[in-house]
Order: sequence, then structure tokens, then C-alpha cells
Amino acid sequence: METLDGNAIAGLLYEIFGEEMTAATAICESCGSAASVADSVVYLRLPGVVVRCRNCAGLQMVITRVHGLNCVDLSGIAVLEPPGNTP
Amino acid sequence: MEGTALQRRLTWQAATVTAAAWETPSVRTLELAVPGWPGHRAGQHLDVRLTAEDGYAAERSYSIASAPGEPVAITVERLEDGEVSPYLTGELRIGDTLELRGPVGGYFVWAEADGGPLLLVAGGSGVVPLRAIIRQRRRSGSDAPIRMLYSARTLPDVIYRDELDSYRNGVAVSYALTRARPPGWTGYARPVDAGMLAEVAWPAGEEPLVFVCGPTGFVETVAGELVGLGYSPGRVKTERFGGI
Repeated sequence: METLDGNAIAGLLYEIFGEEMTAATAICESCGSAASVADSVVYLRLPGVVVRCRNCAGLQMVITRVHGLNCVDLSGIAVLEPPGNTP
Repeated sequence: MEGTALQRRLTWQAATVTAAAWETPSVRTLELAVPGWPGHRAGQHLDVRLTAEDGYAAERSYSIASAPGEPVAITVERLEDGEVSPYLTGELRIGDTLELRGPVGGYFVWAEADGGPLLLVAGGSGVVPLRAIIRQRRRSGSDAPIRMLYSARTLPDVIYRDELDSYRNGVAVSYALTRARPPGWTGYARPVDAGMLAEVAWPAGEEPLVFVCGPTGFVETVAGELVGLGYSPGRVKTERFGGI
């Protein structure tokens, strides 16, 4: 299946977080690696959006829209630092 | 710092098509009037939403083709089985409106203060945000030297060809044509590989900023080869797009 990267969900993440998030740094809960959200592996056309770690393929984020509400599971991200803050 | 910038709400709004031009037989640039556009950075994108009469909505993200300060423009490649691009390239007329939101993205961006040298690597329509970066360099009076390597199937598939060929003074564009070449072609005649990157790219010691944009497989290959050439992964920014 074709994958994209976090750049492809910049608008969706802004909608959810209320700020620019692709330049944010995510620390993976599974492997501990730190990377820009923009660099993550994104599956855009599943039922919902699935975000995986580019280093270990661990599940980081699942976003589903139910009755117009975005449901966001961030349990695969240990730390999410906005741009400008270095974790 | 970006993190302390004033936050704005990201809302869908109507934009009006003010100009349209074909870049190739299947790629069209749309210039848009967007009321209240807050300005954008080179490399950012915007989301387009098409809503059918039955309420079904399709959203796609498109790189902004213009530099900050220029009219907002997107360049769209027509994908025959696409939901959005056939409408944007084939149906939309000057004066029509289009629903969009943006700008979005803060990773794959460049501004004069970021400096250079710059290495830009494009696969197909991945050239669009890189063109915005080249234009921003010119508009800002930056002297950061740019080398670009642009992979396309054939010469007629090259987007912005006249513009890219017109650049001088610190902007050097190399082409790799993967499928067919015109007679007498002196550029590269194969897909981008390590040898080609070694010839085109700045030595790693010059610590260039690198932007790679193209289809997923292209980006993976190029980014991997650049790291093999000694580039720091942290200075290689990537953006992948899909054919859907």
C-alpha cells in the first residue's frame, strides 16, 4: 500500500491541535527515536489516518472522524514537542 | 520562534480562480484570489476540498507554487483515476470558486534566513514546492547558491521548463529524463542514482540544506543515497506525494 508522510496531514493536524504540527518532534513510544512529525509514515486512505514511526514502524497515531468529530489516539507517541522546543 | 507565533484558526474558505495555464499537457497552474490570505512560506501547501451534491467530500493537499508575496497558485497534475485533479485541471474555469484552507506545513519550508547552499531534488510534480523556494530566493535577494536535480519521464513532462532554464547567477538546474530523450540530449538519461547525486550535489562538507520532493519511492531512494554520500539526515528534508 502506498504510504505518504506527515506533510500530507498538515491541515488535519492543524485542525486537531490548533497549530502547525508537522515541524513538531515526536518521540516514539515503541523505539524511543525522535523525528519530525513530517517524517513519519502516513497511511492516508485507510478507514481513518494511521501514522507510523519511520524507524520502527510502531503505531504512533490513529485519527478517525466519527459524525464530524476527529477521534485521535496518540498512545504511540511518548512525547510530542511543538516546533521551537527541543525535547 | 514558530512555536510562539500568533495562532490563527484554520478555516475552509472560498477562493476564486483568477488565472490558469497549462504547464504540460496534463499539468495546470491555477492562480487564486484568497480573501484574507495570511501569507505563506516557500514550500508550504494548502488543502483543497471538493464537495459533491450528495455531500461526499474529497480533500487533497497541494503545494503552493508561488513565492511569498506573489498571488497564491497551485500546480496540479491530472491523475486519470483521481477524484480531485481531473476537476481542477479539466473543469475549473477562470472566475470559478474553490474551497480551500491554508497555508499549512512548517517543516518543508525555506526562508532567506535559513541560508544555503541549497540542493533541491525533484521527482515529477515534486518540483512545485521547490519552484516556490527558487522564486523566494530571487524575491528576497538571497545569494544562497542552488543546485537542482529534476527527474522527469520526458522533456515535455518537465514542469516550469522555460522558467527553470532562464535561471542564472547561482541557480543551476540539471535534468534526468528517465523514459525518452530528444535527439542530441546532453543531460542525464537514467533515473537518479548515487553517481548522479555525487556529481550534482554539494560536497557534504559544505553542509547544504536539502529538499527532496517526489513520489514516495523516489524520495526514499534519493534520501538514502544522500545519507550514503555523507549528508546528515537532519539536513535532508523530504516530502512525499501520492498518485491518488
